[in-house]
Amino acid sequence: MTISLVPSEFEQKNIHRRGSSSRSPFAVGTTLVKRGFAHMQKHGVIMDVTNVEQAQIAEDAGAVAVMVLDKLPFDVRLAGGVARTASVKVVQEIMDAVTIPIMAKCRIGHLGEAQILEEIGVDMIDESEVLTPADEESHLWKWDFTVPFVNGAKNLGEALRRIEEGCSMIRTKGEPGTGNVAEAVAHIKAVNNDIRRLGSLVDDAQELIKVSRQLQSSLQIVEETARLGKLPVVNFAAGGISTPADAALLMNLGCDGVFVGSGVFKSDDASQRAQAIVLATTYFDDPATVLESQRMVDERKSMVGLDTQNLALRMQERGPSV
Amino acid sequence: MRDKDLIIGVLGIQGDIEENVSQTATAFHSLGKKGEVRVVRHSKDISGLSGLILPGGESTVVSNLATVNEDLLHKIADAVSGGMPVLGTCAGMIILSTRAYDRVIGQTKQKLLSLLNIVVERNAFGRQKDSFEADMEISLMGKRPFKGIFIRAPIVSKAEAGVQVIAKMEDKVVAVKQDNIVATAFHPELGSDNRFHVHLIKSASDFRDRINVMRGVGFEPTNP
Repeated sequence: MTISLVPSEFEQKNIHRRGSSSRSPFAVGTTLVKRGFAHMQKHGVIMDVTNVEQAQIAEDAGAVAVMVLDKLPFDVRLAGGVARTASVKVVQEIMDAVTIPIMAKCRIGHLGEAQILEEIGVDMIDESEVLTPADEESHLWKWDFTVPFVNGAKNLGEALRRIEEGCSMIRTKGEPGTGNVAEAVAHIKAVNNDIRRLGSLVDDAQELIKVSRQLQSSLQIVEETARLGKLPVVNFAAGGISTPADAALLMNLGCDGVFVGSGVFKSDDASQRAQAIVLATTYFDDPATVLESQRMVDERKSMVGLDTQNLALRMQERGPSV
Repeated sequence: MRDKDLIIGVLGIQGDIEENVSQTATAFHSLGKKGEVRVVRHSKDISGLSGLILPGGESTVVSNLATVNEDLLHKIADAVSGGMPVLGTCAGMIILSTRAYDRVIGQTKQKLLSLLNIVVERNAFGRQKDSFEADMEISLMGKRPFKGIFIRAPIVSKAEAGVQVIAKMEDKVVAVKQDNIVATAFHPELGSDNRFHVHLIKSASDFRDRINVMRGVGFEPTNP
């Protein structure tokens, strides 16, 4: 078995069957099918897009999926106010224009937006801190959906709590829209270090119980993660990636793939840059190819970065604390 | 010891590469063979392989590689034309086909290997919320049902002469065999059943033996 299926006691309540016949042998929305979708994204680049034109550029550049949102994270910062899910019309237009999977963001805890996105038929929903959180107490209970979810995390405890809620994929939060990769690096290192520590405790029940209290996660998922030596779902990098070298850096740190938000479409060489980031993600461990990919972009055309220490809005701090 | 030169490659561009590597390793274990699994990323990685897996993922991304690393795809095409056993799952099946079109969008501009004489309809069962798992009868794999995991899966909408249909789902063709090529619309690497990978290793082992005989290497004499 190559996909971890723990915890699964919540899944059983939500196996929908295809067609009207209850004898139909099809089971949709199972943990295997939801996590399996995320596994198909591995080693790929998922690009933020706001319209059909950008989605087509992303697909032609070799993006593995596109993430639809109303404004790129950089523009969310500029605009201020409340950031909500994208227009239904825009999501539909993009679904009708490209063949790769379509993901879309909803606000944290916003059941209404998530239901709408599932009903339109997006392939994955990102319950994202880039949008203004709708619930400061709880994230969505994602086991109730047929469509898989991705959630952000800045440490192991957050990642495990989101997986317990039924998410099928984790990404680092990073600090979106800044063009600064430092926070994403910090987050993936924090998760990896904690998993390494767990690995040494596999047979120590007493210590695992203590760790599960520290991480505010169930003992079951802590034990599972310790046994696997990695998260039970795929783990992508996100937040501030803007050059091929950034993508290669995060892949070298052990990420399964990358999300690029403002980095492509806030640059002045979007199409070239999108291709270059895909190439660097694929061949991250081959310095000659990473160099070739970095040659495809011009630093003078990169998006202007923001210092993550003096931001008016720290997106990674938003939403429920547990 | 006889199997130390039995190497199965897994195309390592995008998709569930590690899942195929580990499923192949369990298949070697089931057969009691000591083979090697190699992730294929450059054209030089093809030499010495006895079998190859084209994993699941997004077929457009792997097609896109043609513009970056054309040599690797040529080497794969040469090896498969030369009789090397290959297993293509989902995106792998699309890459092997002669023509692919999307259920909603229609004809796609992606490059294909055109080694397997089938036409493929991409995303034929619908989007991710329609993705499913279901038990299937696949006589090539024995009596026990095989659990197919279909993720935004394609179907074979047309199979030319010489292509054997090995599995159907709701009257739609979802697995085929053409000489040394086996292709599935579902993901045998994701479940706990490794029979497709066992089948590939057996074919690869036969292929390796035939090549060795042709080269005059023959079998290693066993010590009395």
